[in-house]
Amino acid sequence: MRVQWTWGGVSFQVANYALLALLGAATLYPFLNLLAISLNDSMDTVRGGIYLLPRAFTLDNYKLIFQNQRLFSATGLSVARTLLGTTAALIATTMVAYALSRREFVLRKPLNAVLVISMYVNGGLIPYYILIKQLGLTNTFLVYLLPGLLGAFNVLIMRSFFDELPPGLIESAHLDGANEFTTLFRIVLPVSLPVLATITLFLSVGHWNAWLDNYLFNTDESLTLLQYELMKILMQSTDQIGAGAGNNVDAELMRMTTPQSIRATMTIIVTVPILLVYPFMQKYFIKGMTLGAVKG
Amino acid sequence: MQAHTVKRQTTPRAYKSRGRLRKLASQYQLILMSVPFIGVLFVFHYLPLWGWLMAFQKYSIPKGIMGSPFVGFDQFAELLADSRFYQALRNTFAMSGMSLAAGFVCAIGLALLLNEARSMFFKRTIQTIVYIPHFVSWVVISNIVIYLLSPDHGPLNELLAGLGAVGEPIYFMSKEKWFWVIHTLAGLWKELGWSTIIYLAVLAGVNPEMYEAAEVDGAGRFAKMRHISLPSLLPTATLLLILAVGQMLSTGYESQMLLGNSFVMDYSQVLDLYALDYSLSIGDYSYGVAISMFKSVVSIVLVLGVNTIAKRVGQSHVL
Repeated sequence: MRVQWTWGGVSFQVANYALLALLGAATLYPFLNLLAISLNDSMDTVRGGIYLLPRAFTLDNYKLIFQNQRLFSATGLSVARTLLGTTAALIATTMVAYALSRREFVLRKPLNAVLVISMYVNGGLIPYYILIKQLGLTNTFLVYLLPGLLGAFNVLIMRSFFDELPPGLIESAHLDGANEFTTLFRIVLPVSLPVLATITLFLSVGHWNAWLDNYLFNTDESLTLLQYELMKILMQSTDQIGAGAGNNVDAELMRMTTPQSIRATMTIIVTVPILLVYPFMQKYFIKGMTLGAVKG
Repeated sequence: MQAHTVKRQTTPRAYKSRGRLRKLASQYQLILMSVPFIGVLFVFHYLPLWGWLMAFQKYSIPKGIMGSPFVGFDQFAELLADSRFYQALRNTFAMSGMSLAAGFVCAIGLALLLNEARSMFFKRTIQTIVYIPHFVSWVVISNIVIYLLSPDHGPLNELLAGLGAVGEPIYFMSKEKWFWVIHTLAGLWKELGWSTIIYLAVLAGVNPEMYEAAEVDGAGRFAKMRHISLPSLLPTATLLLILAVGQMLSTGYESQMLLGNSFVMDYSQVLDLYALDYSLSIGDYSYGVAISMFKSVVSIVLVLGVNTIAKRVGQSHVL
């Protein structure tokens, strides 16, 4: 396109770039600021005035957190939940999406209805809470994996991707004698990497960030997740409602550092894994999102 | 082939049903792939509906749903006379409405601005940055918000003090009147970037010839934005807005739970939190279920109403 250089056009561009840069800065600044605080000596931080760079550099805050038994095991459990939960849900989502994308599948319509209606109808929080209790899922690791095993939204995104695949792909696999499982895992999945990446990202972020199920169902301290521990420290220091959030990280830890430094450090710990993964997925999930939106 | 034809002519229905059964049996692998997982989904999404019975009972845990006495609409009568219920209802609608309106307008605005950025590298970088908060948990977001607004060396208070705008630090998080605004801004900060994705995809699909033709006619940047970019977003925007209204009550309670505190409870408590409070701390499950049920029913009515409107507007299928 031909670009015309007019005063109005140039000043608009300048203002636009400035505004967008400001928005970017406003988004990044809190993270960079917390990163600086997490890398700064906790006693020094109390004096204030830490912005983008640490003043008295130290890794002590990180060492203290990983030396703390509870926080260390919470980290392990969060990682385990994310890996297992994502894997299980990815398998479930893929198989259901594949089955529902097959036009000749006899149960396609009723199953699809059950799936789609589940997005709009729900019994509400308290009936759900009671159901989990009655199923005996309280204080189990399973409560992190099972309820979210299949999500309608993810299935719809993946199904609309499968719908776009050339029909000959599956037919020819069947003609060659491949059964459904072989067709799915050997033929369809290798050409579906973009949508697999998208769904994997959504699932793993969801699992990594989850804490409500921990708060509601698992009072057992050996099942506590990193996000929940961060939430408890947050609640404690701001005198918030959080029932049962009183006792948490060892008093010893609090003596050696400050709540502010712990919060900053834990925020960085729970954020960094996401920042490491998602920029590489960007082009995939944008495609996945728009696909889902057009079809959804 | 011939045999089939003959059979169909004699007993069509029997043939058809036997054919379906045979087909079903031959698709056992597809069934294996889908039915167990849909079953799990059914358990966790539909079985709670059974719990609605509790709203009509005086439910007690030892007796269970089958044994608890029925009390008819007593819970709902109580609900309608409960001023804290109305408060929670007001808060739910107010915060959902504010988030919806702010998110809708700002997303379109940001998409238009991003679309005008000529440098691809700059545009990509800003996009990558503004998507970040979407992937970060509400725990982290609320941590950041509370830290930013903290009266104890919080960046905003330091900035205001530095400008000489305030003498004493402001306790933002304990100001009742500010809670809705803070909540809306926090949500905006988290989701604004993400919500531009679909709009940007639409804008990328606009025929460049339209811009060129407008330029020939002497249109400047603003004119092109107003008369080409914005109108091309409208159909998508309308549909997304309608959908958002339908999902208005399903936005959850995580953010209010994390950002709220005892000082601002009159403005931060939404229906789910009220129900949770009643059931878990007081132990009155029936009342909690009545609140949950009320919310679900209103939510479903919204979705169905909105779906009808969407169809009128001409968008094929929403639900």
